Amino acid sequence: MSEVNSFGGKDKDKVKAEDEDAIPSPFVGVEKSQVLQEAGAAFNDPQVVKLSPSKCCLLITKLLFLLSQGETFEGRDAETVFFAVTKLFQSQNTALRRMTYLFIKEVAESTDPENVIIVIQSLTKDMNSDVDLYRANAIRVLCKIIDASILGQIERYIKQALVDRNPLVSASALICGNQMAVDSDKREVVRRWVNEVQESVNSRAEMVQYHALALLYASKSHDRLAIGRIVQQYSKGSLNSPLAMCLLVRYTSKLLHEDMSATNSRAAYEFLENCLHHRHEMVIYEAARAMCRLPEAAPQDIMPAITVLQLFLSSPKPSLRFAAVRTLNEVAMKHPNAVTRCNEDMEGLIGDANKSIATLAITTLLKTGSEGGIDKLMKQIAGFMSDIGDEFKIVVVRAVRALCLKYPNKQRVMLNFLSNILREEGGFDFKKVIVDSILHLIEKIPQSKEAALFHLCEFIEDCEFNSLSAQILHVLGEMGPTTTHPAKFIRFIYNRVILENAHVRAAAVTALGKFGSQVEDLTESIIILLESSLQDDDDEVRDRATVSLSILKKVRDGEPTSKTVLVDPLPMSENALMRSLEIYQKRPAPGPLSFDALPVVEDALPARAEDGGDASGFDAGGADSGAGDLGGVSEPTPVPTREENYAEELLNMPEFANLGALFKSSRPEQLTESETEYLVTCVKHIFAEHVIFQFNVTNTIDDQLLKDVSVVMEDAENDAWAPIMTKSIDTLKYNVPAPVYVLMQRPEDSYQATFSVELQFKVLECDPKTGEAFDPDDEGAEEDYPVEDLELGTTDFIARVQINNFKSSWETVGKANEVLEKFELPQYKTLKEAITAVIDFLGLRACEGTDSIPHNADAHNVLLSGTFIGGAKVLARTAFSISPSGGSINLKIAVRSDDPAVPELVMECIQ
Amino acid sequence: MATPSVKGVVILDSADGSRMHAKYFAKSLRDQKAQLEFERSLFQKTRGQNARSEAEIVMLDNTVVVYRAGIDVIFYVCGEPDENELILTTILDAMYEALSGILRSHLEKRTLLDNLDLVLLTVDELVDGGLILETDPVAIANRVLMKGATGETPMNELTISQALQSARDQLAKSFRN
Repeated sequence: MSEVNSFGGKDKDKVKAEDEDAIPSPFVGVEKSQVLQEAGAAFNDPQVVKLSPSKCCLLITKLLFLLSQGETFEGRDAETVFFAVTKLFQSQNTALRRMTYLFIKEVAESTDPENVIIVIQSLTKDMNSDVDLYRANAIRVLCKIIDASILGQIERYIKQALVDRNPLVSASALICGNQMAVDSDKREVVRRWVNEVQESVNSRAEMVQYHALALLYASKSHDRLAIGRIVQQYSKGSLNSPLAMCLLVRYTSKLLHEDMSATNSRAAYEFLENCLHHRHEMVIYEAARAMCRLPEAAPQDIMPAITVLQLFLSSPKPSLRFAAVRTLNEVAMKHPNAVTRCNEDMEGLIGDANKSIATLAITTLLKTGSEGGIDKLMKQIAGFMSDIGDEFKIVVVRAVRALCLKYPNKQRVMLNFLSNILREEGGFDFKKVIVDSILHLIEKIPQSKEAALFHLCEFIEDCEFNSLSAQILHVLGEMGPTTTHPAKFIRFIYNRVILENAHVRAAAVTALGKFGSQVEDLTESIIILLESSLQDDDDEVRDRATVSLSILKKVRDGEPTSKTVLVDPLPMSENALMRSLEIYQKRPAPGPLSFDALPVVEDALPARAEDGGDASGFDAGGADSGAGDLGGVSEPTPVPTREENYAEELLNMPEFANLGALFKSSRPEQLTESETEYLVTCVKHIFAEHVIFQFNVTNTIDDQLLKDVSVVMEDAENDAWAPIMTKSIDTLKYNVPAPVYVLMQRPEDSYQATFSVELQFKVLECDPKTGEAFDPDDEGAEEDYPVEDLELGTTDFIARVQINNFKSSWETVGKANEVLEKFELPQYKTLKEAITAVIDFLGLRACEGTDSIPHNADAHNVLLSGTFIGGAKVLARTAFSISPSGGSINLKIAVRSDDPAVPELVMECIQ
Repeated sequence: MATPSVKGVVILDSADGSRMHAKYFAKSLRDQKAQLEFERSLFQKTRGQNARSEAEIVMLDNTVVVYRAGIDVIFYVCGEPDENELILTTILDAMYEALSGILRSHLEKRTLLDNLDLVLLTVDELVDGGLILETDPVAIANRVLMKGATGETPMNELTISQALQSARDQLAKSFRN
């Protein structure tokens, strides 16, 4: 509490010292227990209450001061003080009464409702007082403490108050109505007040109008037509309260958002346009913002709004400039050209004393900037960067990156800008976002590669963040050897070997190895450099140096060797490799261990990042909520997936020992409703030539014991799909799930089947308490229990496997087996729906983050990959677009595979 | 986005950022720890800004904050991130001017503390449960000082027709007596 009470507490020790030069504030060193005691004594003494109202006021203020500093009154304390305060209603002093109201409101929430009831009578009396201020305040207090039943009792007084001739009383009653309208218990009562509320909307008092309109809307919010009428009626100009006008603008814009094509949408738009000429800035801005956000607004529709926002840009009021620039920034995402005309004013704002405004202005300029203006703009920004905080810088860096991708020809200027700020002071997040941006540019704009790599080299000469140094060294090793002058990089990398800590040294050694194995001229010199690392203090560095050296020496001597370890990226993620090895361990394939011999493991699906396409996502205050996850693809945390658990059980069974390695296991599929007597789910385990169906059966009847539970499967169309072995359950007790396994051999080239599934078992009656059969000799009654059909499809034979470099794999696989088709998917309305569904029924996995769809995109390409049973790669390039007529999604898809049969099979998956 | 709302009204010491008064309405800021954390970063962001004559503005933790400085205190009004900034400014200015009027002095921490009851009442007359109650500084000041509680409503709170009505009522009353 000391921190909470810092104001009171801090001065406590100094009270005496301060006594000497000035009278201390009454709240210096206020003690809770002491105040509670004093208040109890004073308020319970009728003489004090009557004669010293100001003393009582001060005590209440002290109690409230304690509350506002974070103190709480609990239990007995709360009760005592609350009772004492109720005594204050005996005083007729107006100031004291006002403080009493305030106090009850503040503590009502934390006080037992039983106790609160005792003040209701006094308050109801005040609610009918002659004094307007008593009436108004009493209503405000009452509505905070009453429940629905008491509301019923005093409802008539509130209804009177709603139309009270005193605007404060009326506004107070209306504001209470607004607060109770969100409470489900009281909402119904509030809706009965519509007539009074409607009358109040016509009041001339601004606050009455405002609250009445809000309450009217809340009471009718379930009725769209009524809302339409309200909006229509009041947009004719009867409202004089600017706040009420703002409400009306919001309601209008909501209607337009719900239904742009409504017949009165023209009138609604005109109303918004008229509001742009309102005398009050608040309303003008509200309307301008609403217009800019209209869902299908064309640039010319929002021009009037842009014009007024542009005027606001040069306002002397910071909040107005901020509001305008924030909204224009938002518009610039959708209609950059519409905002271009404000560029001159925006440039003026770069020097704004308010850094939020300056940053918003810059990012807007970066969005609207034309190619010709970039040099000048970057110069202006460079000057500005040194006086803002990291969180603003990050926003600017992201905007620069976006602009650079838009104008690749200007990459040199922007790259220089990025590398300059990279050398400035800054924290990790800031540096990281710059490095990521540069790497992103290298990837997207190949001609920037060499220059960018040198900038990064210079950065690691003086970089205090290990992980960034290691990341950059890795990138140098990947890309450096194929540049025109690879030798230039060696000095930078070797400096790291000499000067850095183990983490960075290890990364540098690997990078050197990559140069040595790929650039012939350098092999000899790099061998010499690496030899020194054999003496390194750190194990990891020595190991890496040893591996690299052994390969490099063979390369030098022209002996055959595999550079894979040094050069190629892993063909799967580290997580998949680990799990794959674990399964391999249980059942090693014959021959030497290689990547090809490992079982395929599906990567855990990454949690699909909800695209929080919030257009106003700019938070000038905190980079934490900044422009989302643009900073790089973050690896999903490894979660053990179902294969691990299932594979474990299955592979330990001798019956299934000769099937080879498990290819994949499906998700469990329910074959019964969840409330039936017997619950059945099925998991499909796919092997090279076999399929095992694992039926998990649960008996939900407590006085039954099931024996010899097995499953009969039949494919009506293709009897080649037939069980060759069934492993049944001997006894199945209540609520203990157990598996039935059915093994089938897959007919050649068949990947599809539909099975009817029937559970067969014997039922024995049993004692629900022990679960034992009453009669151990009972044979039981035979019973069949059909469940839903089970489908097997091509998708079951494809594993969702990620590949690291889609483009090179796509080219390696080649065009030979490519199949290209076009589909129209009328069942989907949005890209997101269509993409999610198509990925799902293809059974492939999206690569390189292409499944995250940019906000407002009307077309999107997704790269997909997977492995078909037998190990053939499946690669697909898909292009989704919203059909020009709207209402359906067009899909163009090209599938390639090593296996000529596979692309056709995959195509068939699209329904 | 429905009715404009206020997440909180805060008054901090402009020397050390300690709380003089704070009233939060938003659920996310009910917790004392969250409040102090919020105030700490609020003060970090806004200290030393010249916001004496015009409201300044900043975004912070998914909140739009407008603020004005007194002599040694800073007044803040916080709203939803998407709130109309000018509405928030109107509320802030109403509080600032009402307090200046009530205290008839510069807004100094000591004066505010000596009249803490009036400060608390001003906030209470400004915002009720997160909704805007009044934005006219004169009306707020009158209500805080309970002007008219012993007699009639102050004339400046009446419209002309109400004023006439009130005159008529009084006339009738005097006849009855």
